[in-house]
Amino acid sequence: MSTSTPAVAAAPPVKKKGEVDRRAGKLRKRLSNPWASFAAILIAVFWTIPTLGLLVTSFRPERDITRTGWWTIFSNPRFTLDNYDQALFGGQTSLATYFVNTLVVTIPSVVIPISIALLAAYAFAWIDFKGRNVLFVAVFALQIVPIQVTLIPLLSTYNQWQWSGSFWPVWLSHTMFALPLAIFLLHNFMKEVPPSLVEAARVDGAGHVKIFFRVLLPLLVPAIASFGIFQFLWVWNDLLVSLTFAGGRPNVAPLTVRIAEMVGTRGTDWFLLSAGAFISMVIPVIVFLALQRYFVRGMMAGSVKG
Amino acid sequence: MDWEYVQYYFRWLWRQVWEFFFVANTPGHKIILALAVIALFVGVMALLLWLVDRPRNAKPWLVATVFAGPALALIAFGLVYPAIRTTYSSFYDRNGQNFIALDNYIRALTQSEFQLVLRNTALWVFLVPILSTVIGLVYAVLIDRSRFEKFAKALIFLPMAISMVGASIIWKFMYDYRQAGANQTGFINQVLVWIGLEPQQFIIQQPWNNFFLIAVMVWIQTGFAMTILSASIRAIPDDIVEAARLDGLSGFGLFRYITVPSIRPALVVVLTTIAMATLKVFDIVRTMTGGNFGTSVVANEFYTQSFRYNDKGMGAALAVILFILVIPLVVYNVRQMRKVEEIR
Repeated sequence: MSTSTPAVAAAPPVKKKGEVDRRAGKLRKRLSNPWASFAAILIAVFWTIPTLGLLVTSFRPERDITRTGWWTIFSNPRFTLDNYDQALFGGQTSLATYFVNTLVVTIPSVVIPISIALLAAYAFAWIDFKGRNVLFVAVFALQIVPIQVTLIPLLSTYNQWQWSGSFWPVWLSHTMFALPLAIFLLHNFMKEVPPSLVEAARVDGAGHVKIFFRVLLPLLVPAIASFGIFQFLWVWNDLLVSLTFAGGRPNVAPLTVRIAEMVGTRGTDWFLLSAGAFISMVIPVIVFLALQRYFVRGMMAGSVKG
Repeated sequence: MDWEYVQYYFRWLWRQVWEFFFVANTPGHKIILALAVIALFVGVMALLLWLVDRPRNAKPWLVATVFAGPALALIAFGLVYPAIRTTYSSFYDRNGQNFIALDNYIRALTQSEFQLVLRNTALWVFLVPILSTVIGLVYAVLIDRSRFEKFAKALIFLPMAISMVGASIIWKFMYDYRQAGANQTGFINQVLVWIGLEPQQFIIQQPWNNFFLIAVMVWIQTGFAMTILSASIRAIPDDIVEAARLDGLSGFGLFRYITVPSIRPALVVVLTTIAMATLKVFDIVRTMTGGNFGTSVVANEFYTQSFRYNDKGMGAALAVILFILVIPLVVYNVRQMRKVEEIR
């Protein structure tokens, strides 16, 4: 993976070991400046405290939360899992249901657009057909359409089809909104595969389908992973699309919709809100920590979307 | 065999199938449905590909249709057609019945409530990119090649992995307000009390509340700026830095005359990218204030007008305004992106 995608910005240049040591020496000199270290630590603390505060709160008993701040746990350490139990299974919130909804919304909304985009990207990269360039430029340009522009016409179409109340509007919408970016990125990766490889397969009598599965797909695994993680987080964390197409329907609405609603209706119940927020965050954070490298690449590549 | 019975049977079967696909109530059913949909999709695509593959030298246009057709059809249906329809209805009144030409746009630009929305949007689009980029850049320089670099980066980058709804809750709790004299539960107000000031209602006091909402977006976007800028700082050739050092540059001089000019294109990409994301910000405003207390922005006002006030014409006009505002940013961004790549 070298040029022509924004994704490359992430790949740090490989350094030789000796050089690394030399640099480490240089660095120690730089960081010996106490003000620099102080500033760095200050920013890091400032960026961590908000999350930490809510995380600590989510484990405190309800009574303590309303009476004292989370920083008092040092003098008064009392912890409980009640909040999580309440938030997940309590009758007022039952986030467990919404957790399942989020999962059910997310999985097809990641797998299907990637598959469709892979095929289309292959067509744009390796099949010669009339109007190919015009169509590709059009797809590229369509990345910039803000999804707000599409929501109301789509909603009325779905209602005409009597799709409301099912997962289909959400799945289909996420799929369609993902396509321009996915096609563009995967096309760039496909183009980087040496033409001689494809040519050799063609000489051996392989058709497009065979070339796609046997030659290109195995080479594209990192690209698919990058985009897959990006799309996964995008769908998991999305509010606007699911609010529009699944809002207020406990059978379909995902976690984000439910939690945003709770902020409005139970805005002072911090024992529920704090636990709820972390229930919705745990999967994305695990994905982030486990696949950071791919994640960063995907984030950068997908920064235009929305 | 009784014809009526067969008819009845098929109606029953159709009903079962329909209910399986459209009425999923239990967790088990939902998960099976999700897997079934994926399986169905894979099956259909596999069948199409298999059919195309059979006659060895199938016509190129047929192959191209099977490969690119589904994507193009979905894009046409999901993006092109709705965008045209929205533009069309932006020239109509709230029910889409009477043509009112540019009235919605004129209202959006002249009425004071919408002017407030535009002012807020301008504030967001101006402040978020600059603050996130500056903080991200400073942090990237400070931790560059330090022993804890990876860990330090993860701390700042983590907010990008969580949802904006989650981030809004985190910050709403930071801003939580109790009357003076009572025990504060929001950290920022506690800090104010510690240093001897009055606690403040950060989310309600206009117009300052806008800045406290903006802070949330800065908190999220700084990680993005830091990561990209950190990568381009690493890409500055060592000999340039070495030469500058020999010329006597160090510390801030090195930063000002070597680092910043070297990563200029990356800086522009980061600024414009964050500006685009900020322009479309909806979740934060919606979760923290619902657009009340004078904090609405265009993306949120679009939702309010369309779905709360049912003013379809105005909602459409706001969506189109958003579209128009994004275009110059995207054009500039793409141009700079090319430059970044040329340098590499």
